[in-house]
Amino acid sequence: MIGEAGAFLSILALVLVAAQGVLGLLGHARPGLAAAAAACAQAALACLALAFAALVSLFLSSDFSFAVVANNSHTAKPLIYKFAGTWGNHEGSMLLWCLVSALFGALLTWFRGGLSHGLWSRAVGVQGLVTLGALVYTLALSSPFARLDPVPYQGGDLNPLLQDPALALHPPLLYLGYVGLSAPFSLALAALMEGETNTAWAKALRPWTLVAWSSLTGGIALGSYWAYYELGWGGWWFWDPVENASFMPWLAACALLHSTIVTERRGSLASWTILLAIIGFALALLGTFLVRSGALTSVHAFAVDPARGTAVLVLFSLAVGIGLTLFAWRAPTLMRPAGFAAVSRESFLVLNNLGLAIAAGTVLIGTLYPLLIEAVTGELISVGPPFFDISFSPLMAALLLAMPIAPLMAWRKGALSAALRWTWPAGLAAGAAVGLGLFAVGGGFWVGLGLGVGVWCLLGALAYVWKRWGQGGPRTFARFLALPLAVWAMTAAHAGVGVFTLGAVIDTAFKLERAERLHPGDSIDFAGRSVRLVEVVEAEGPNYIATRARLEVSYQGTTALAAPERRFYPGANQPTTEVAILPTLTSDFYIALGEAAQTPRGTAFTIRFYRHPFVRLIFWGAALMALGGALAIVALALRRRREAMGAGFFAAPAPAAAPAE
Amino acid sequence: MRKRNQRLIVIAVALGLLSLAAGLTLFGLRGNVQYFQSPSEIDAKARAGQMVRLGGLVEAGSIARDDAGALIFSVTDGAASKSVRYEGDPPDLFREGQGVVAIGRYQPGAVFEADQILARHDETYMPREAKEALERSGLWKGPQS
Repeated sequence: MIGEAGAFLSILALVLVAAQGVLGLLGHARPGLAAAAAACAQAALACLALAFAALVSLFLSSDFSFAVVANNSHTAKPLIYKFAGTWGNHEGSMLLWCLVSALFGALLTWFRGGLSHGLWSRAVGVQGLVTLGALVYTLALSSPFARLDPVPYQGGDLNPLLQDPALALHPPLLYLGYVGLSAPFSLALAALMEGETNTAWAKALRPWTLVAWSSLTGGIALGSYWAYYELGWGGWWFWDPVENASFMPWLAACALLHSTIVTERRGSLASWTILLAIIGFALALLGTFLVRSGALTSVHAFAVDPARGTAVLVLFSLAVGIGLTLFAWRAPTLMRPAGFAAVSRESFLVLNNLGLAIAAGTVLIGTLYPLLIEAVTGELISVGPPFFDISFSPLMAALLLAMPIAPLMAWRKGALSAALRWTWPAGLAAGAAVGLGLFAVGGGFWVGLGLGVGVWCLLGALAYVWKRWGQGGPRTFARFLALPLAVWAMTAAHAGVGVFTLGAVIDTAFKLERAERLHPGDSIDFAGRSVRLVEVVEAEGPNYIATRARLEVSYQGTTALAAPERRFYPGANQPTTEVAILPTLTSDFYIALGEAAQTPRGTAFTIRFYRHPFVRLIFWGAALMALGGALAIVALALRRRREAMGAGFFAAPAPAAAPAE
Repeated sequence: MRKRNQRLIVIAVALGLLSLAAGLTLFGLRGNVQYFQSPSEIDAKARAGQMVRLGGLVEAGSIARDDAGALIFSVTDGAASKSVRYEGDPPDLFREGQGVVAIGRYQPGAVFEADQILARHDETYMPREAKEALERSGLWKGPQS
């Protein structure tokens, strides 16, 4: 009954978003139609939210008469994973995709900003069509409300690898990011149709881009953290097609974020911003296609269906085709004279955009090259991770060298010497880091360069705070606290890039690894620690059986216990590895339990030990970036409120006192 | 004049970055492409030193450890099988009769030295190379493994 209600509500939503699309597009000249489109968008959100709630309740009550629940849930599964299992499968996650798209449709109607009526109405319309495409696909090819006959007594369980707190949050965040890029796409298409870009439009673009970018950052970081502790050897990035699928939209969103700043502040780069918004959403759709079609071999590939892949490809071609055709037709009318010197804030932001776009291009080539070769020669190939290390990393390093300088540049016409005045200490420290990497720790050229770039980005970001703090007065504590939130937002994001780089370089270059076959009672010394295998016991979890090792790890006079496990989930008929991690300030000591073997002395266990130095910097760096994005959203909201209040303020009778800043 | 200069500079920088990226891309692609081979074809088609992805099923009864503790097993496509040696522990879902991909640098000889073993991530997924190997040998019977 609940399931049928869910199916009915999603079909109702389909009709509503279709109406939203048509009314919104027609409503640009007729406010009545636009208001109707807005109402449709809000009603569609309500319908989809209820439909999704219905699906959640099916999962919570383990109603195996629905195929999606039977295939992906189990009565013994912990409640939190019954809940998260709603989106841990294809059908449920597609419904989530639609829900998020409808959410952005409704948000567009609520937060109109200073958009002109025509732009606003058309953006709402385009967003409606995006939701429509996703809903048609979901209901036609992957309906989560399909019944199953006969009804099984027990479900097939959620893939145990996914029964994990980080991965419960990973898909919603990633979808918020992917689908978040549909809002800039809608606004870009609206601008092309109206033939109008203005400051209000660029201002309206920024919060959506920030939401998408921050969510993608958080989602990718969570996925990476999950891979680090769940896959059993501490790898956190594999340049796998599925990872690239989320990384390319991230790069595009990052470029878009920076180009909208130029468009908002200076009015230039409008057509480039529009193009990036189209490309960003296209890459998000391409990502969905790559993940869902199984066209490429991936270590993260889950059950796939080529027919679904084809359908996503059709949606992708529609969005990109319409977007780029409109762009080719209307963009020339948007050209604006761009007045800035070769050395200026603008030129550095252009450099940022070129670099990020080209970087996304190399990732795209590496990801799609196998498909191209297969289509041309029929040969099945893969592109290995070293390709990305060679092609992507040097480009990124060059780009990051420019990052700390850009914010120190003046708009229109800047001078490198002025920027160097603030960044020379960071430059010196970076030079020292290069020397340290090359000679003191013996890492070689790339390690030296990587450490230098990391230090340069981190300290260079702080140099900007130092400059702003000293601007127009002495560096007092009160003035430090009064620094605008936007300054902290950018600093956090840029410093996060530096922190991430340091972690990535140090862990890649200096991790230690050792595999040892141990009997209970045996000890080894590794990475300055003395480790003793105490015992190996069988333990039982809610829906799994575990083989758990107990180890004593002595390090600098203290002894800690570690308990890595191998689990077997009977419901899914699948084993997993649960590692034990003992973090210290400078490194993670990482222990994974391997398989048992019989020796003359009894049962021995292969245990793998790793020391991952400064690996947490990778995740803290990403967290800082996402925090920067979140702060920037808050800063925008505060500014908007201040502007709105300011407007009311001047209209009102003269105030008694000036407002405190 | 200034506007044209500025456009020229942007174009020059863009071309510079693009050619750098194109150069790195071509250089990177030359050495890092991995070629799929099935157990029937690998000895005839693969060149020495080439990065190869050997796909197929783990042959029943073939999993063992050699004296150095390395994993030894055979990959089969039903028509032929190839011995693989791998130093380290296989993924959790590495089992007899299941799809597997072994990645390594090919050297002529009886045993293929793998640097990496890919198995599945979940119960219903079959690595694409494993499926392809079975299709080529005519053993593939639909999505059930």
